[in-house]
Amino acid sequence: MCYSRRLGLPRKHGGAEGGRQMAAVPFERIDAGAPKIAAGDPILVVDDIVKRFQTPDGVLTAIDHVSLSVAPGEFVGVIGPSGCGKSTLFNVIGGLLDGYDGTVKVAGERVRGPHRAIGMIFQEESTFPWRNVIDNVAFPLEIAGLPKAQRYERARQFVKLVGLEGFERRYPAELSGGMRQRVSMARTLAAQPKILLMDEPFAALDEQTRLLLGDKVLQIQQQLKQTTLLITHNITEAVQLSDRIVVMTYRPGKVKRVVEIALPRPRSSEIVSSEAFGRYVAQIWSDLREEASRGLDDEESRKLRETETR
Amino acid sequence: MTTTFANNRYFPAALGIGSFVAFIALVELLIRVGMINRFIVPMPSDIIAAFPRVIVEEHVLQRFLLTAGEAFAASILVAIFGIAGGVVLYRYHLLRLATETWVAAVAAAPLVLMYPLYLVIFGRSAMTIVMMGFTAGLAPVILKTLEGLMATRRVLINVGKSFNLTPSQQFWKILFPAALPTIFVGLRLGLIFALINIVGVEFLINFGGLGQLINELAERYDLAGTYAAICFVILVSICVFILTERLERWLRPVD
Repeated sequence: MCYSRRLGLPRKHGGAEGGRQMAAVPFERIDAGAPKIAAGDPILVVDDIVKRFQTPDGVLTAIDHVSLSVAPGEFVGVIGPSGCGKSTLFNVIGGLLDGYDGTVKVAGERVRGPHRAIGMIFQEESTFPWRNVIDNVAFPLEIAGLPKAQRYERARQFVKLVGLEGFERRYPAELSGGMRQRVSMARTLAAQPKILLMDEPFAALDEQTRLLLGDKVLQIQQQLKQTTLLITHNITEAVQLSDRIVVMTYRPGKVKRVVEIALPRPRSSEIVSSEAFGRYVAQIWSDLREEASRGLDDEESRKLRETETR
Repeated sequence: MTTTFANNRYFPAALGIGSFVAFIALVELLIRVGMINRFIVPMPSDIIAAFPRVIVEEHVLQRFLLTAGEAFAASILVAIFGIAGGVVLYRYHLLRLATETWVAAVAAAPLVLMYPLYLVIFGRSAMTIVMMGFTAGLAPVILKTLEGLMATRRVLINVGKSFNLTPSQQFWKILFPAALPTIFVGLRLGLIFALINIVGVEFLINFGGLGQLINELAERYDLAGTYAAICFVILVSICVFILTERLERWLRPVD
């Protein structure tokens, strides 16, 4: 059941700037064992993914029968406690991990390895320190073989889009953490991916910067109608940005619940002070609390075992 | 206060030169008052006075060019084979496990003792000297190239993968520039080793260059001349370092 209905919130998608309509049925049910995650005509379909790792303690199932789909232009958040397999899911969808069961499809095409249609923004700082801002952003265009003048012209548009106009000749070492993440974002967007995949891109930033960058992401996402999948452990970030939030369980990572965020668009960080926002945060936390507690208990038991072994 | 001076464009260089001049003056003073034996360390004023003689009578320019040329040739070889060796060890895990310790052992070995073998192979020629320099400088470059490549942050490699880079693009666009600062540390180390061996072998086999000049002047017990010739070896070293620094700045403008 989606929380907007449970909480009796109005469904106000599509604001003054003509935000797109949400699909009538938010997620299509793909796996009988998983909660319903449906979308109209999904551009990304993650179907029944299982990923196991061999560890010294035996086989560890990181993600277990996870299925979801994302419609064009949607912003979907995936949230879960540490150790729930969020980053594993990110790497599977991005094609950086293989050896899993299930399928990932982009616009009907099965993904095997990195795919041009998927742009990835990583949690860690990932700008190239030896390239200045414009050369960082022009990187995918250089790889695509665009002539220099053309790629700089296009890169400048994306630099402007992320609000870094005037910093084109600066090197990453001369920028703040938030600015560097915006460079990474501009670089990924310059490749014009069909799906933007973000793995806790603002995790290393302070809360205020994170909220303000959230505004920037919302603005860009709405401007480009960019399909986005955000992996995060931050509830406020997920609610602020997402149309829908997939809540995952602690190890093995499964889809626990899907929450439709019926907050009006266009949004900004001002939404965090609204009552409805607070209710979403509280409800998601009540789902996550149990999982986070399990994670904490598990971590403490593991530490205890390690101490005893020593 | 310190920051103000550090931010001044000319002060750090002036402080460096001033300290050097002060040190030379102190040595001169200590020799004159007899605290340093003038038969072991000549007076700096005598060394300065010996320069014109060494330059004109000992044909130091030709010798300088020969040693610099040998150092340059050895540097090119060290850079090509050292970096390639590091890349090969990075690429082939088993080979790295099998040989890394051996390469490290070679880096620490007194390779100059192999000069008789090189004399047999290459004859008493500049080739022997270049190859000795090359052999001595190779291992540090291999090890540092390997270290630089292995230290490339995983996320940068993943960025390359996410953009579907070919293995060649992945190397030239990401791995190589990321490893460049460490590779240049290796190159500087390798070039120091190479230069020491080049001058050392010139000295030992009495063949051309500044090493031979130092040998001859030392045997004549011309201490001031010997020290003046050593200054030219330092000049070769400075030239090599300026060149590598310029090259690094060109390849990677900012760290």
